[in-house]
Amino acid sequence: MTELSIQLVNLFASFLLMLAFAMLAQRRVLTLINLYSLQGLTVVAATTVVAHMTHQEHLYYSAVLTLILKVFLIPWILHRLVKRLNVRWDVETLINIPSTMLVGIVLVVFAFNLALPISRLSSSVVPGTLGIALACVLLSFMMMIMRTKALPQVIGFLAMENALFFAATSATYGMPMVVELGIALDVLVGVFILGVFLFQIREQFESLDISHLENLKED
Amino acid sequence: MTFTRALSQVISVVTPLALAPLLLGWVNQVRAWLSNRKGPGILQPYRMLHKLFNKDSVMADTASSLFRFAPYAIFGCMLLANAIIPTLSTDLPLASAADAIALVGLLALARVFISLAAMDIGTAFGTLGARREMLVGFLAEPALLTVLFSASLNGKSTALATIVEAVVHRDFAIYPSLVFAGMAFTLVYLAENSRVPVDNPATHLELTMIHEAMILEYSGRHLALMEWAAALKLFAYSTLGIALFLPWGIGQRATPSSLLLSLPSLGLKLVVIGAVLALVETFSAKLRIFRVPEFLATSFLLGVIGMLTHILLGA
Amino acid sequence: MLNIMTIDWVLWIIGAWIALGLLGIVALHKFALVARVFFPLGAVGGLILAYAAARALVSGRVESKQLALGLPSLPFHLRLDALSAFFLVIIGLASFGISIFAAGYFRNGEGTAPGLLCLEFHFFLASMALVLLADDAYSFMVAWESMALTSYFLVTANHRLPKIRAAGFLYLLIAHIGAIAILLCFGVLQANTGDYTFANMRAQNLSSFWASAAFLLAIFGFGAKAGILPLHIWLPEAHPAAPSPVSALMSGVMLKMAIYGLLRVCFDLLHLHIWWWGVVMLALGLITAIFGVVFAAVQVEMKRLLAYSSIENIGLLFAAMGLALLFRSYGMNALAALALTACLYHVAGHAFFKSLLFLTTGSVLHATGERNLGRLGGLIRFMPWVAWLALIGVLASSGLPPFSGFVSEWLLLQSFLFTPGLPQPFLNMLIPIATASIALTAALAGYAMVKFFGVIFLGQPREEKLSQAHDAGKFEKIGMGWLAILSIGLGVAPNSVIHLIDPVTRGLVGDGIAHNASANGWWLVTPTSIARASYGPLYFLFGVMAACAVAFVLVRLFYHARLRRSAPWGGGHPWRNSRMQDTAEGYGQPIRQIFEPFFHLERHLPKPEDTEPEYSVAVSDKFWEGIYMPIARATEYVSAKVGRLQQGRISIYLLYSFITLLVILLLVPTARR
Repeated sequence: MTELSIQLVNLFASFLLMLAFAMLAQRRVLTLINLYSLQGLTVVAATTVVAHMTHQEHLYYSAVLTLILKVFLIPWILHRLVKRLNVRWDVETLINIPSTMLVGIVLVVFAFNLALPISRLSSSVVPGTLGIALACVLLSFMMMIMRTKALPQVIGFLAMENALFFAATSATYGMPMVVELGIALDVLVGVFILGVFLFQIREQFESLDISHLENLKED
Repeated sequence: MTFTRALSQVISVVTPLALAPLLLGWVNQVRAWLSNRKGPGILQPYRMLHKLFNKDSVMADTASSLFRFAPYAIFGCMLLANAIIPTLSTDLPLASAADAIALVGLLALARVFISLAAMDIGTAFGTLGARREMLVGFLAEPALLTVLFSASLNGKSTALATIVEAVVHRDFAIYPSLVFAGMAFTLVYLAENSRVPVDNPATHLELTMIHEAMILEYSGRHLALMEWAAALKLFAYSTLGIALFLPWGIGQRATPSSLLLSLPSLGLKLVVIGAVLALVETFSAKLRIFRVPEFLATSFLLGVIGMLTHILLGA
Repeated sequence: MLNIMTIDWVLWIIGAWIALGLLGIVALHKFALVARVFFPLGAVGGLILAYAAARALVSGRVESKQLALGLPSLPFHLRLDALSAFFLVIIGLASFGISIFAAGYFRNGEGTAPGLLCLEFHFFLASMALVLLADDAYSFMVAWESMALTSYFLVTANHRLPKIRAAGFLYLLIAHIGAIAILLCFGVLQANTGDYTFANMRAQNLSSFWASAAFLLAIFGFGAKAGILPLHIWLPEAHPAAPSPVSALMSGVMLKMAIYGLLRVCFDLLHLHIWWWGVVMLALGLITAIFGVVFAAVQVEMKRLLAYSSIENIGLLFAAMGLALLFRSYGMNALAALALTACLYHVAGHAFFKSLLFLTTGSVLHATGERNLGRLGGLIRFMPWVAWLALIGVLASSGLPPFSGFVSEWLLLQSFLFTPGLPQPFLNMLIPIATASIALTAALAGYAMVKFFGVIFLGQPREEKLSQAHDAGKFEKIGMGWLAILSIGLGVAPNSVIHLIDPVTRGLVGDGIAHNASANGWWLVTPTSIARASYGPLYFLFGVMAACAVAFVLVRLFYHARLRRSAPWGGGHPWRNSRMQDTAEGYGQPIRQIFEPFFHLERHLPKPEDTEPEYSVAVSDKFWEGIYMPIARATEYVSAKVGRLQQGRISIYLLYSFITLLVILLLVPTARR
């Protein structure tokens, strides 16, 4: 039984990595949001399996919380934002996808070497997943760097949070409930604030292209 | 004993030969349904092959001997590729002659021959098709290799039969690396079989075609062999996908009866794969030719990540 | 006959080659005698050499000898062990084909006199054989340097062209920089004992620092000869400059001498093995391989294309050696033997198919006088022999089954797939990336080779004069045919070759794969066990041939064999000409686009108002601009500064001597103290 659970957690971990790469290579905003909710769903599934495996009740709660928040609520808000901001067809001009992925592979190797000593220390039964979670964090970070539009950057930020959450559940079987609630609230508020910001940016520059922000600096 | 083994080897060669046009017909039929057409019926490829074999072969007067020889070589390569892949059984006499790497080599051999044949006449189309085919090939081939390596790391063997055995008959296990390998394989599958995001098998528009541009100068029986070889290639890739990712139902023994027993499950999987392929083709738009390297490089890198995850997660 | 030692046989052959060379001087301008008698005689010598060395290889004896040549107290120490015997076999077999070809190739009245060419050619062969026999640094360096010198003179056979002289100079320069590094490497290896025999070097136990120094010097020195990045720069210049048999000999055989030297130093003379050595070698090899093959794919001159392809193959050899070192450093000798077998197999395979390809370019060059791919085409109709022999070389070089290139590639990939057993997780993570690079290199090699063959031999002739081309002569056909047979033989009988390699790997890493490989029959290679991996090239060959034949017969039986000839269809365009085919530049375009950062591109685009629009693109090496030109400029700068000392007035020179004398006199008392 545990054997199967471990394999499942590993499987979800590699799904997460796959989604992180997919988000890195995705040009369309709408698909990006869908990928994000898919990522949330994967985290939910992984959390449920870990909860079942370790019999920790509070993990079930956080799974449900994640499900509501990251699979339904935030994607819904994002969809509304896209509609209101009218950026549905925005296409990012990404530099060469293969070279981005190549850098991504380097990051994965780096993350694993970083996580290796930590996961040896941790009591977790699925040591490899910490490396994957770390890699996902780095990949999301990279995605934020590579983007020129504001909304994909917000999604990158949210994806990073997802990866952190996964790291917490898989490596240490979740944080205390209070902390998790706090983070969830943070994320929600963050999304709202960022949404407001997006409106302001567009009001100011009539575009969500953040290269315009460069004009703000004093010469 | 040897007789039954030989007989089952023959069956496993004849089955793809007979079924390959049917798979092609099925995919075309589903595509027709999805675009609200009636479609020619799934037996159409057979009729077409029969018609082409009956026609005279018209050959350019500048064609060399290589041009005449190539269709037979390509057909032979594809047939052998089908014989290598464990389609119906994992225990066939020829199975040990070639492993996954040799299979890729064999497909590459066919690719080289088809490109050379296309360049032989010296028309603008032929050379254009050959160049594009090699462009697709030089990225798809390593991508396919990385997919096969992910699978062979799991099965601890590059022999396809052992890989299948490992998944089917060992204790049930989930291999996370196969997530990446499967994704990469899908992309390679589309590219290598001249399917929509990369090429369009139905087009004759010069700016977009790849495969069709290469066989433009062929006619009659030579064209028939080329078309049949293309169908065999699609069949080979489909059964390879089945062997790597959905191997349940492939027989273990090399007796004609066990082969016949695994035939229904093979048929069912092929029906599903064909329908999914038609669905993907209908829903996606053809890529610009400059985007194709990106598409294939993505597949290649996904394969690499697949191998990496195997090593990282140890499974 | 049996009690004569093999090493004597080898020495006799070397002597015979030297004698043939000297005879060439005597018959300086007797073209027919030199070409039709001396060269075939030399070829027979190669065959005898190969036979003798193969017997030594199988018998497994190590023979040594001292020749009282050279300085009084410094005799030549010679030794014939499995490693040198294996390389001697390759020299013998390859040189047989090349010498026979050369007999029909060299034309009277071109560049160097025929007798002189004969001298240089046979001295070159003799010095390569001597490199393999050398058992002390002194004789090794003598042989190594005479190899470099004779090949320099061969490269500049057509010395009236300034371009060829420049290429020869570049070659000589890099060869000597490499030689200095090799000399220093031997200096480190003898560890201050003053005894430069290899036996003494083997006995030394170097500290890890000095061992690493020796290793790095060896990589630099032998890498310069082999053409490893960034010392590859002479290869694409020297190969096109040299006459084709010489390019074949240099690329097919001489580059392998550098591999031999590295194997000798890394696996025989050094006992210590440190894991990062393997990583350095592996990384260097992979980078070189990808670089070489990408450049090969965009070349427009046929011999340059092959030169870059040689760089790629050298890269693969380095990668295999690096992997073997890596396994060796963790004591996994069986796997090291597998990687080393792949390496040596590729050494043999590359020696034959690359020689074959260079020879075919020679025939094409003779028949058409054209070396630019953009002016060739359609030659399969006028020179079918050369074309079909070239096809064998092309298929072998693209690593396609059932030819020789595939077996070595297969073995190499197998050894990579075994690496997850390495005890370091970091190394394990690098392996997928390395494996993928090898796969990419192999596929790109196919691209370059299809371009090579397709543009030269297929399609329509791009120039009028090409239809006058004639097929190769008798000698040329025999020479190329021999190498083609070897390429096929190496492809279909892998176990026989692995049996020959076995004593070598046993000598170097103490293990071999021959026993396992043929455990399931002679026709099936199984590096470890049959469940793990197996490959039966004969099945392959017969499978494809049977399928072809059955298809052919069935079509004839059920249908018909009617064939009509007509003008090409070509999409129905009413007018078309041979200029509408892809050019070599056009064929390389996708690669230029994808790998743009690799190249230094100079594009010339037509303007709208041009009446005769012309598009041209020139691809050059970034290393020229990046490394070599700054060094050259710095050298020029320094020499200009030094040149100021030269005033031309005798009194100033006397002043220099006077100042020097004063300084020395000042220093003497301090030194005494």
